[in-house]
Amino acid sequence: MAEIKVMREDLRPPKTPRRRHLVSVADLTRDDVERLLATARSFERSLERELKKLPTLRGRLVLNLFFESSTRTSSSFELAAKRLSADTMSFKASGSSVDKGESLKDTAITLGAYDPDVIVIRHAEIGAPQLVARWTNAHVVNAGDGKHQHPTQALLDLYTLHEEFGRIDGLHVAIVGDVLHSRVARSNIQALALMGARVTLVGPPSLIPRGIEALGCETTTEIDAIKAADVVYVLRMQKERMLEGANYVPSLREYTARWGVTPDRLRPGQKVMHPGPMNRGVEIDPVVADAADALIETQVRAGLVTRMAVLYDLLTHGPVAVQAAAMHEVA
Amino acid sequence: MLFAKNGPKESLVVTGARVVDRAQGIDAQLDVRVDDGVIAQLGTAVDRNGHRVIDGSGLVLAPAFVDPHVHLRVPGREDEETLASGTAAAAAGGYCAILAMPNTDPVVDAAAVLGALVEDAKREALIPVGFLAAITKGQRGAELTEMAELADSGAVGFSDDGQPVVAPGLMRRALQYGAVTGRKLALHCEEPTLSHGGHMHEGAVSAELGFGGYPSIAESVMVERDLALAAYEERPLHLLHLSARESVAAVRAAHERGIEATAEVTPHHLCLTDEAVRSLDSNLKMNPPLRSREDRAALIDALRDGTISSIATDHAPHARHEKEVPFEAAPFGVTGLETAFAALYTHLVEPGVVPLETILERMSTGPARAYGLDEPRIAVGAPANLVLLDLNATWRVEESGFRSRSKNSWLLGERLRGRVVATVAEGRTVFEA
Repeated sequence: MAEIKVMREDLRPPKTPRRRHLVSVADLTRDDVERLLATARSFERSLERELKKLPTLRGRLVLNLFFESSTRTSSSFELAAKRLSADTMSFKASGSSVDKGESLKDTAITLGAYDPDVIVIRHAEIGAPQLVARWTNAHVVNAGDGKHQHPTQALLDLYTLHEEFGRIDGLHVAIVGDVLHSRVARSNIQALALMGARVTLVGPPSLIPRGIEALGCETTTEIDAIKAADVVYVLRMQKERMLEGANYVPSLREYTARWGVTPDRLRPGQKVMHPGPMNRGVEIDPVVADAADALIETQVRAGLVTRMAVLYDLLTHGPVAVQAAAMHEVA
Repeated sequence: MLFAKNGPKESLVVTGARVVDRAQGIDAQLDVRVDDGVIAQLGTAVDRNGHRVIDGSGLVLAPAFVDPHVHLRVPGREDEETLASGTAAAAAGGYCAILAMPNTDPVVDAAAVLGALVEDAKREALIPVGFLAAITKGQRGAELTEMAELADSGAVGFSDDGQPVVAPGLMRRALQYGAVTGRKLALHCEEPTLSHGGHMHEGAVSAELGFGGYPSIAESVMVERDLALAAYEERPLHLLHLSARESVAAVRAAHERGIEATAEVTPHHLCLTDEAVRSLDSNLKMNPPLRSREDRAALIDALRDGTISSIATDHAPHARHEKEVPFEAAPFGVTGLETAFAALYTHLVEPGVVPLETILERMSTGPARAYGLDEPRIAVGAPANLVLLDLNATWRVEESGFRSRSKNSWLLGERLRGRVVATVAEGRTVFEA
């Protein structure tokens, strides 16, 4: 083998962004996560008041740009912005100029002309948030890009775990199911590893991507392995991502029989999470989904406060915002 | 088999350059005199005969480069490249000859299409261009093209590049029947059911980023199949753009068994790994994809020991709007004609990984031999095919500097060392910096 260690391995390191964005968990430090979770906790308390609206982001514009369908993510971002008194605009790809073949670039530039402070984007293709960050002057929040990342999901899951256990460090989380097609899994593996949790991936060998262990997790095909975990995190069987004839699994029936999370595969009191939407009776037994040990509703509530924290953090901690505030004081 | 527009043959003298031609056993400071496009004298103080003098002191003079794998996009995508722009880009990259792939629109699969291209090349091509014709009609992998007629019309070889010949039975027939043409088959090795849905090398990086994986074995199982068929039919073949260490091992084993297989590798596969894809830049998307450290090391080893004898740019121009999209939506392919030498010099020669002479040989003699073309050489009586290189010059790769109509370079923004100062192709100065 050639000796090549003298060479620069990666010729093109990603450029440091001038504006702050949240596009990947990989960009976050442990301090960032702790700060965001603490901010989310303070918003949780503020939501307990009778008047739930805070004036913090008054006059700011948050643009929701959803190229893929979404219920909980888009609604929680919209509500998060509203609870912070920001103006919101929502854009859905269907029924828009995207149907007429408009490129992502033109859509971004067009909507960017309204000078949004934050663009929240969901897109079926990896890297779309980075491109929107390049083509607009907004802070960009990735609300899911293809199979790549869903960083606010990871943050809300960390928040949920911290609320439940009082810590994340040292927890053992088993992530079960279709890891290959899951941006939730990728973001969560990175986030959990960053915060000191132990992660075990469980699923059919064809749905565990080759080389994923490099992110700092273990893998197994044995469903019994979930019993050892503190938390079982169930992934959706993403039927719409299954290429026709790809044969990742022979049938959903066989998948459920072998890897479905059922009451008898869990320890009493074992906590269960799911990013939604659930396929009841496929990856998760309805009894498990509705049990008191399921944290699924907590996750949804956590989604609101963590997304409030993300919007607040991007617009008040960044250099751009600091400068703007200083100018305001002078005026 | 190569076609270019006519022009006056020149007379000139290059003085004081370090002349490097490994095939001729030359590495010395010499003057080179060219009379009417032919090398007339080599020596330490040659007669200038009143010719134009190019001061080569501090520079390297070598046989000009031959690129065995270029996409000129004509006919069909003249917005991306033309014969004029592609050959101007090649001249600026130090090339005296390039071979164009037939995956155009329409595909070069009939003598009429090829004949029109040849006529265009005689009008527009700044440097000589050879054209490969398709192996199968429309590159659809179902019926053979009229290979004999295509060869008579000037095809330099045959390839379905961009697509594999999927059916083994058809591949065998192509090898059998192709023998009448005296031309080589150049094979794009990809098993489509293994690469399907893949956007980058399958490994830890694709697992992290979530891209569909295009595993190494998608290439190497096809390399092994084609080598087995070539051995059975006792026919030579050329393997395009190898990327995987398994493929390198297969070619090495084939050479040991006496199979006549040549192979090429691109500058990007020699300089980069899949780690670079973390930037999500669509100018790092190509087929085959950038692979692992180990693959890159194996390719470098194969280049050094001659298992891979040719460097090919696989210059693949794409319109800006087609690349300014998310990685998965972008087409495969990057440009390379104008940056190949500098990229290889910066990333392989300067760090001491591959000797300069090896790079020069694999960019010139190697590819010429693979297709049976006249080898560019620095010898009295040979046509002047020369490249003058400044190894100390550094420059920044910028869109505005390209002669190619397309700017989809994986090196945009990079600082490179090593610059082409002048190119002489068939006795004509086709580029001067």
